[in-house]
Amino acid sequence: MAVEIAPQVAPVGAQVSNETAPYKESFLWEWATTVDHKKIGILYLLTGGLFFLIGGLEALLVRTQLMVPRSDFMNPDLYNQMFTMHATTMIFLAVMPINVGLGNYIVPLMVGALDMAYPRLNAFSYWLYLFGGIFLNLSFVMGGAPNVGWFGYAPLTENQYSGSGTDFWVIGLQILGVASIAGALNFVVTILKMRAPGMTFNRMPLFCWATLVTAILVLFAFPAITIALFLVMFDRHFGTSFYNAAGGGDPLLWQHLFWFFGHPEVYILILPAFGIISEVLPVFSRKPIFGYSFIAYSSVAIGFLGFTVWAHHMFATGMGDIANTAFATGSFLIGVPTGVKIFNWIGTMWGGSIRFTTAMKFAAGFIGTFTVGGLSGIMLASPPVDFQMTATYFVVAHLHYVLFGGAIMGLFAGLYYWWPKMFGRALDERIGNWHFWAQLLAFNITFFPMHWLGMEGMPRRIYTYFPNEGFDFWNPVATIGSYLLGGAVLIFVANAVITAFRPADATDNPWEASSLEWATTSPPPAHNFDVEPVVYSRYPLWDISEEDEHGGSHSSVSSHGVSATAIATVAKAHDEHGDAHESGGHGGGHGIHLPAPTIYPMILALGLMILFLAVLFTPPTLKIVFVVTAVIYFVVAITGWVKEVTD
Amino acid sequence: MTVSTIEHASHAVPANPPSGMESLDMRKLGMWVFLGSDCVFFASLITTYFVNRPLIFSGEPNPHHTLGINFTAVLAFILLLSSLTMVLSLAAFQRDNIQSGRNWLLATAALGTCFLAGQAIEFSNLAHEGVTLSSGLFGQCFLIMTGFHGTHVFIGVIWLLACWLFAGTGRFNSKNFIGVEISGLYWHFVDLVWVAIFTLIYLI
Repeated sequence: MAVEIAPQVAPVGAQVSNETAPYKESFLWEWATTVDHKKIGILYLLTGGLFFLIGGLEALLVRTQLMVPRSDFMNPDLYNQMFTMHATTMIFLAVMPINVGLGNYIVPLMVGALDMAYPRLNAFSYWLYLFGGIFLNLSFVMGGAPNVGWFGYAPLTENQYSGSGTDFWVIGLQILGVASIAGALNFVVTILKMRAPGMTFNRMPLFCWATLVTAILVLFAFPAITIALFLVMFDRHFGTSFYNAAGGGDPLLWQHLFWFFGHPEVYILILPAFGIISEVLPVFSRKPIFGYSFIAYSSVAIGFLGFTVWAHHMFATGMGDIANTAFATGSFLIGVPTGVKIFNWIGTMWGGSIRFTTAMKFAAGFIGTFTVGGLSGIMLASPPVDFQMTATYFVVAHLHYVLFGGAIMGLFAGLYYWWPKMFGRALDERIGNWHFWAQLLAFNITFFPMHWLGMEGMPRRIYTYFPNEGFDFWNPVATIGSYLLGGAVLIFVANAVITAFRPADATDNPWEASSLEWATTSPPPAHNFDVEPVVYSRYPLWDISEEDEHGGSHSSVSSHGVSATAIATVAKAHDEHGDAHESGGHGGGHGIHLPAPTIYPMILALGLMILFLAVLFTPPTLKIVFVVTAVIYFVVAITGWVKEVTD
Repeated sequence: MTVSTIEHASHAVPANPPSGMESLDMRKLGMWVFLGSDCVFFASLITTYFVNRPLIFSGEPNPHHTLGINFTAVLAFILLLSSLTMVLSLAAFQRDNIQSGRNWLLATAALGTCFLAGQAIEFSNLAHEGVTLSSGLFGQCFLIMTGFHGTHVFIGVIWLLACWLFAGTGRFNSKNFIGVEISGLYWHFVDLVWVAIFTLIYLI
C-alpha cells in the first residue's frame, strides 16, 4: 500500500497512524507500556519538569532561611535536608533527565532512525528513574530526607553521624545510576549504529555529537559513584569500614571516587546544552554553524579532559604541590576547548540574518551567562584562589552560573526550539519573551551577589549567619531574586498550559531548520519516517549539496519549510527502500516493524523500588517471607520480559 | 519520481551512501559498550584495594599468609578452561552442530559453577582464619572485590543456562548465533577480569 505514497510527508503519516492502531487502548495503559522513544522522551520531560519544580521549591526554602541573619525559619537539620535534596534533585532528577528526555525524543529523529536501539531498555531506564526519584523523595515522610550534602562526604555518611536519610540517598542514587548507565548505553548504540544512510560522523548534527560524548561520560563516570555508594552501604550495614578512619579506612578515598564521577558529571549536565545551542544558533542566524569540526571534536576533548581534573574539587584536602599543580593544569586546559566553542557560537551569529525568537534569545543568553560561570571556574582552578574561595558562596555563584546559566538556559532554548516538533504547536513567543527576560534578570539578581558574599567569606552549607559581618545586604537581594526566578519559571509553565489549548497547527519545519527531525510531521508518526531518509550533506533540509557548500552559496533555504531537496531525498529513499520495508510485513502501514508495547519494564522497576523499601524497613521476623516474595516477583517479571522478547 | 529526484540523480550522488559502522552487529556493540562501563566498576574496586594495600600488608591477617595461591591457581585454570569450552560451543553452533554446541555450553556453565564452589570454599576458609567483612582492611577490600567478581560469574552461569535452554528450541544455528556470541563476550570478559585480579591480588 506504500506504493501510492506521494512525496509529501504529512498526509501519509496521518494515514499510517490510523492503520497501526487496530484497537484503542486505555490512556494510562498506553503510556505505562510504551516503548516509543517519543513517548518515553515526553515522560522524561514531564517527570523531570515536575522534579525541577520540587527542587526549585527546596531552593526557595533555602533562600528564605538565608534572607535575614539568625533566622529561625528552619532548624539546622531541616536546612541540611533542603540543600541536600535541592542539589540531588536538580542534578539527578531534573537536569539529567530533561537532557535525556530531549535526547530521547530528538536523537533518533535526528539520525533518521525508527526508534532507539533498545526500546524496552529505554522504557526500563525511564521507569527506574521515576521510581528512583520517588524513592529518594519518600525519605521526607519516612524518617527524614538525606542531610549529608549531594557530595555525601565521608565520614558524614557513616552510621554514627547520619540516619536513614543517608540510606535513601545511597540506594536512590544507585537506582538512578543503573537507569543512567542503561540510558547512556542506548544512546551510544543508537548514535553509532542507527544513523541514516549517508549520515557519516562528519555529517551528524552537533546535538548528536554532544549526546554521544555525554553518554560515554555517563558510562565511564557512573560506575565510580556506584561502587563508592556500594562501599558506603557496606560500611553502614555490613560492618566494613572503608571510609571510617577509626576502622583503618580512608575518608579521602570517598572524595576521590566521588569526584572521579562528580567532575565528569558536570560535563554530563552541560554538554547536551552545548549541543542544543549548536543546533539553535545556526537555524536562527540562517547560516551553517561556524567551525562544525571544532565544536564536534572539542566536545570529545572536553569529555576526555573531564576525567583528568577531578581532584580540583579537593585542593583544600592537602594533596601536595605536585598533585595540585597537575590537576590545576588540567583544569586550565579544559577552558581552552570550552572557550573556543564560545567563539564558534559568536562566529555563527556574526554576519547572520538573526531572528530573535525565544529559543534564540535563550541561546544567546546562554553564551553570556555561561561565560561568566566559565570565567569564575578558571579562577577556582587556581589552587591559591581555591584555598580562599572553596566552600564559600563564590563557588555557589560559579556552579549556578554554569548549571543554571548554562545547562538550564540551554534546555529552555531546546524546549522552545523543539516544542512544535514534540507537541505540534509552538509555545507563545510573546509569553516566551517575558519568560526569557524575567528569567535572565532574576537569575542574575539571585546569583551575581553570591560572588561578593563568597569573597566576603560567607560559608556555604551553613544554615545561618550573624548580622554585621558583611552579609546583611546581598542575602536579601539574592532571596528576592530567587522568588522572581521562581516566578519566571512559572511563566514558562503558564506558557505550556496556555498553548496546550491552541490548535496543533505546526508545520513540519516551522523554523526552516536543516536537520532530519524537521523532515517528518509535527509531531511525527509512531514510526517517525514513512521512508528511511538518505543524507547527502551536513544540512539535509537546507538546499546545500556538496558543490554548493564549497561554492559558499547558502541562500537557497526554502521559504516553504522543507526544501525541494529534502522532499526529493525522501522520495528517492522511498524508491530504494520501500520494497525492503514492504517485505517485512509485521507491523501495520508500510510493514515497518515497530517493537510491541510491554508492561514488564515498569513492573521490574517498580519491584526494585519496593524491594529496597522492604530491605530498609522489613522487621527481622518477616525476612523469610520477604525474600521468598521478592524472588518469586523477580523471576516472574524477568521470565515475562524474556518470553516477550523471544516470542 | 519527482522532477527534483531526477535532478538529484544528475548530481551523481551514490544511491545508498554509507554512514559508517555498517558491519558491526548492534547487539554486539551494545555488549562491548556495557563491558567498557563494567571495566570501571572493577577498576574502582581494584583501586580501593591498592589504595589500602600498604596498610593491608602491614597488618594481620596478612594476605601472604592467608591466601592459598595453589588452590586459587586451580580456580583460575578452571575459569580459563571455561573460556575454551565457550569458544568451542560457539564454533559448534556456527557449524550447525547444535547438540555439541549445547554440550559445550553446559560444560562452560559447569566449570563456572565449579569456580563459584571453589570461591565459596575459599571464603569459608578465610572466615576460619578470621578474615571477614568486618575484620579489617584486608577482609573488606578482598571480599568485596572478589565477591563482586563472583556475582558476575553467577550471572554468567545463569545466562549460559538460559542459552542452553533456548538452544534446545533450535534458536541458535549457523545463521543465528549472536545470542551465544554475546553471552560468550560477557563470559570471556569475566575470565579476563579474574586474570587481572589473580595477578594483582594473589601474585604481586
